[in-house]
Amino acid sequence: MRTTTLLVLPCALLALTACGSEDDTPAAAGGPVVVTASDDACELDRTELSAGRNVFAIENTGSQVTEVYLYAAGDRIVTEKENIGPGISYELTTQVPEGEYVVACKPGMTGEGIRTPITVTGALAEADPAETGAVEAYRAYVQAQADALVPLVQGFADAVKAGDVERAKALYAPSREPWEAVEPVAESFGDLDPKVDLREADLEPGAEWTGWHRLEKALWVDGSTTGLDAVADQLVADITDLQGRVQNADLSVASIGNGAKELLDEVATGKITGEEEAFSHTDLVDVDANVVGAYKALEVLRPLVTDTALLAQLDAAFAGVEKALEPYATATGYVSYDTVDDAGRRELARVVDALAEPLSRLSAAATA
Amino acid sequence: MTLTRRGLLGLAGASVAGVGLAAAGPLLAEDRQPAQVVPFHGAHQAGITTAVQGHLHLASFDVTAPDRASLVALLERWTRAAERLTAGLEVGEGAGGAPLAPPDDTGEAVGHGASRLTLTFGVGPSLFDDRFGLADRRPAALADLPAFAGDVLEPARCGGDLVVQACADDPQVAVHAIRTLSRLAAGAAAVRWAQLGFGRASTTDADGPTPRNLFGFKDGTANLTADDREGLDEHVWAGADDGWMAGGSYLVARRIRMTVETWDRTSLQEQEQVTGRTKAEGAPLGGRRERDQLDPTSLPATAHVRLAHPSAHGGAKMLRRGFNFVDGSDGLGHLDAGLLFLVYQRDPRRAFVPVQTALSRSDAMMEYLRHTGSSVWAVPPGVRRGGTWGETLFA
Repeated sequence: MRTTTLLVLPCALLALTACGSEDDTPAAAGGPVVVTASDDACELDRTELSAGRNVFAIENTGSQVTEVYLYAAGDRIVTEKENIGPGISYELTTQVPEGEYVVACKPGMTGEGIRTPITVTGALAEADPAETGAVEAYRAYVQAQADALVPLVQGFADAVKAGDVERAKALYAPSREPWEAVEPVAESFGDLDPKVDLREADLEPGAEWTGWHRLEKALWVDGSTTGLDAVADQLVADITDLQGRVQNADLSVASIGNGAKELLDEVATGKITGEEEAFSHTDLVDVDANVVGAYKALEVLRPLVTDTALLAQLDAAFAGVEKALEPYATATGYVSYDTVDDAGRRELARVVDALAEPLSRLSAAATA
Repeated sequence: MTLTRRGLLGLAGASVAGVGLAAAGPLLAEDRQPAQVVPFHGAHQAGITTAVQGHLHLASFDVTAPDRASLVALLERWTRAAERLTAGLEVGEGAGGAPLAPPDDTGEAVGHGASRLTLTFGVGPSLFDDRFGLADRRPAALADLPAFAGDVLEPARCGGDLVVQACADDPQVAVHAIRTLSRLAAGAAAVRWAQLGFGRASTTDADGPTPRNLFGFKDGTANLTADDREGLDEHVWAGADDGWMAGGSYLVARRIRMTVETWDRTSLQEQEQVTGRTKAEGAPLGGRRERDQLDPTSLPATAHVRLAHPSAHGGAKMLRRGFNFVDGSDGLGHLDAGLLFLVYQRDPRRAFVPVQTALSRSDAMMEYLRHTGSSVWAVPPGVRRGGTWGETLFA
């Protein structure tokens, strides 16, 4: 189930002319929307906005740390800002198409929040065809990953429910690969990620632990899946839910570029340390999928990037990661991460850093 | 003999018109204000004879660049950044810039001024393998250090291809500099080990007070000073016949853990016998003042300053530039404390190596020391305007 072979695909998947696209969408009329977030109120100076780039000027006048979300229908997160401390102001900028939305302030960063509906009207400026092409190509990729995910998770869940520990162990890591490749998009549906991919260490006291890692611990630590049918069923249901929601994912050139960077951040902070797959040690399978997903983002954005030096640096850095992973590949995936010694981990960290640094400039380069 | 700050910096080859420098005159407190700029360019690199700053962040790097051109490109990037950092400027487009891109400058040193930041660059023996076509460029003086008796070296604190010594009066400025260079190195070099230091454990300043190490003793009373041009030419700077190293120097860095807890339980008399100087004044045993003539033969045979004295090593002198460190605790209830011993010399084979050989065999102080890290570096000559760190090596 190695997928790094994707890295040798021809560069330009799309026959798009390379061109920079200025972010010349004018800010919606009326200036920033002033959001005054206190401990018990969330006041907006207006609730009717024009489509396009909108700026939410948030001020936390309360005594608690707050967060502000912009939700589209079904509580899909359009954008969010967490950790706004008391007395702190923050400008949240986002592209908003026509539609009905909800602004939610969450003093104390808990709960459903104090909600204000807003209406956005008007047409967006004509989109750049190259940008649209890139976004749609990436959306198709995400959809394909979500489509592939459902039967893999179903097979894994079936093995769990059948109590076939060995088979479930074998299917565990492969069932996560498409998820890992598109994780930033999957995470943008804020409610799904904690249900399917929460690690034990991140579990809040008293919270129910569901998802892959709950099953991972049962398989590798307990050696038994007794009593976990509901968790397996829930995982299938959540992933099926994801499959149906990808078409509504809020994708943009900037978010695709950022997503690639976030995939490498995931590798650098969660996987090189071996924390992600604490029981199964299948971290390298995740790393491979993260890198493949990041490379896909580069591929769809490549026609928009005029900085050829950056592209050359990225290509070299991706090749460096692929080469560093190679020695750990096996016929069915990767060696157990607990067999990778400190020197090996350090080498992986180095090639990941060498990629993540230029990748952090992709988003700006593609929108320049 | 009176040393002025202007004279000091002039020695580092200052050609920049006194940016923020104090005028000629005795060393004044305001000379140490954080906004000061030490010129980056000159015949010798700054950070060697520069009056020792309050803080150190030293990092050793492994080169990961695939070829010589990528390595040279890294040194070009580093040099341009070093010019800005040492001038107290943000790198690239600063801590602002395009909203969708990470800022070029990480920002934590904004408003801290130059803080007399110096960045000193060196190359290690491992750079002269077959990767970059430098095998026949290794100076004889850049010999691997021998094993010394009592060494307990940890590989993760030893060696490296490149070194950058960042010194500043503000620790945040020194840390920002290393962090920035490390970020600029992505894909070309990666940090192998790094060490923070504080409390300048030595001085190169003839008029300055002698600082103390964590044993509480003055350290470096007899050090070479920045105004001793003859001494520096003889003992510190590589000469005209040293090829690409002419005007450079050799740095030995040793991380010396000091078991301060056992030292602190040692009687004053014993501490002074071990050191060979008095604790309060720093006078040689038998003398009264710190700078009284030291007669090595009058000291105990195992006294530190007797064994290290130039007279025991054919007159070899070194320029010490060490810093104290405390890296938290060792998990056993003791401070992980000590000295990052930094010493510049013209040829380690005639300076550090014989001195340390003698110390490691006989020095009574060894009972309280553990050498845990070790490296030796060729520190190239200074950078002219528009030039690059190490350009004489790659010429």
